[in-house]
Amino acid sequence: MNTPPDHSLRSDPAGTPKSVSGSTTTAAWLAEELAAGNVTSVEVTQRHLDRIAAVDGQVHAFLHVDAEGALEQAAASDARRADGRPLSPLDGVPIAVKDVMATKGLPTTCGSRILEGWVPPYDATVVARLREAGLPILGKTNMDEFAMGSSTEHSAYGPTRNPWDLARIPGGSGGGSAAAVAAYEAPLAIGTDTGGSIRQPGAVTGTVGVKPTYGGVSRYGLVSLANSLDQAGPVTRTVLDAALLHEIIGGHDPKDSTSIDAPLPDLVGAARRGAEGDLTGVRIGVVKELGGEGYQAGVLARFEESVDLMVAAGAELVEVSCPSFVHALATYYLILPAEASSNLARFDAMRYGLRKYPEGIEAPSAEEVMRATREAGFGDEVKRRIILGTYALSSGYYDAYYGTAQKVRTLISQDFAEAFTHADVLLSPTAPTTAFELGEKVDDPLAMYLNDLATIPANLSGVPGISVPSGLADEDGLPAGVQILAPAMQDDRVYRVGAALEAALIEKWGGPLLDQARGLEGASA
Amino acid sequence: MSETSSSGPSITRDEIAHLANLARIDLTDAELDHLAPQLSVILESVASISGVADEDTPPTSHALPLTNVFREDVVTPGLTADEALSGAPEQEGQRFKVPRILGDEQ
Repeated sequence: MNTPPDHSLRSDPAGTPKSVSGSTTTAAWLAEELAAGNVTSVEVTQRHLDRIAAVDGQVHAFLHVDAEGALEQAAASDARRADGRPLSPLDGVPIAVKDVMATKGLPTTCGSRILEGWVPPYDATVVARLREAGLPILGKTNMDEFAMGSSTEHSAYGPTRNPWDLARIPGGSGGGSAAAVAAYEAPLAIGTDTGGSIRQPGAVTGTVGVKPTYGGVSRYGLVSLANSLDQAGPVTRTVLDAALLHEIIGGHDPKDSTSIDAPLPDLVGAARRGAEGDLTGVRIGVVKELGGEGYQAGVLARFEESVDLMVAAGAELVEVSCPSFVHALATYYLILPAEASSNLARFDAMRYGLRKYPEGIEAPSAEEVMRATREAGFGDEVKRRIILGTYALSSGYYDAYYGTAQKVRTLISQDFAEAFTHADVLLSPTAPTTAFELGEKVDDPLAMYLNDLATIPANLSGVPGISVPSGLADEDGLPAGVQILAPAMQDDRVYRVGAALEAALIEKWGGPLLDQARGLEGASA
Repeated sequence: MSETSSSGPSITRDEIAHLANLARIDLTDAELDHLAPQLSVILESVASISGVADEDTPPTSHALPLTNVFREDVVTPGLTADEALSGAPEQEGQRFKVPRILGDEQ
């Protein structure tokens, strides 16, 4: 190990001689440097594009990089700043966007062949808000096809690799966003979370991921997987960065009828307050059903350590029981395929996306073209879930499957409501294991589905959750995460408690967890 | 519910072919062979929730209790015809051009 680790974007991200405390570049720090005039957005953006050019051949976090567009947006940001008119606290800080979000003029594939080459004529609201806030968009990140998966191996364009160990998965479906942030290819990213697709990749890559309250961030322009579960949110390296980004993308949007028409809580304030490290008076509830059997020993050890640190910071520990959570996975795998099979019916080869004519049929009908296109354009996991959803919704089975699942969903929400009378936040490991090896579970759907065991209840009930890195599992030296859940519309609680835990852990480690990542050692430009 | 759990919900190759037809996907023979056992295992697993909720439990279709949302009936800017057609596989005269939708006998 003679090659020194590549810290080019860690201690010196902006090409300035100034270092940052803890050696990790954060979006908050970049924003300060930009505001102080120590660096320009063009410089910061170019450094990230250089980093992408240097390491993305190994990581494959990006499906599309827009160097020209990002630098143009960065130059516009610098011009605004020179005029004293920055648009937001993150004006000029570049960002990566999961390829499930419509981006005007930039390809949007959802990791699927059926959308190969599609360029949306409009922006998702989240993307429009990033542009209005002045964040240059570096590119689009890889994902499991239509967000179906926990490993990013179901992308039609090849898997993303975990920057901690390139032989391992980065989680999914938003493995591209998490890996880009973990590999310092982007200081910030947007993810989407239907059953854990922001939080689980966060846990296995040592990054922070937030699933906001359902309806807290607009779904307009987010290609739907399961409408009643999908939620976009921040993917970052610190809790404060997530809060800063959440405040930019969140809030009511008239274009999304499920958007909450109420102001966001003070998320940045909550993160700053949490970072002071005092949790006196906060009741933390460990969910009995989310742990134990099926969870890796090293993941549980890091979780218990995190709980101890929160108690040391003044939190009051209570154990809570949510008995219906054991049914969450089965409930989810009925509701999700049902909604997905209906949503994906829009890919009919008529108005946009792939059109494939069947072989051997002269003048085929629209229906025959649709069948051939969907066969050619969808991957295995998408077909599995469409068939499963079609089954669950078909007459004769509807009540037994979809109807029952909707009732159990009610029980899960009732468990949350009861638990939140005893605790201000609920805690569990984010994912039951650390990152597994590529190929290990790709053809065993049930084994793959178990990765979302702990994250799914929050989606079914619409409550917000964060995953904060909890350290490395002893047995494999790979990152694990702690999940913190709060009642709907109380997203500030996950930021306060998450920032307090993060501060305690960084003090214990002597620096950010990502400083210990060695998967890209020697991969310097 | 009882009939699905007692029969140990399994799904045959023919049923999958039927569902693929409903879902408008031309699955190959190899895919049908592969999917039947996989979906049977998944169904067996998800069927574990039958009987968990009693008759009176209200269903939840949505995470948050929301009522319908209305907006003022005013014209707002939308996509131009060219923008709307920008992703069309084929177009003609500012319209989406699609394969025939009626059968020979029609």
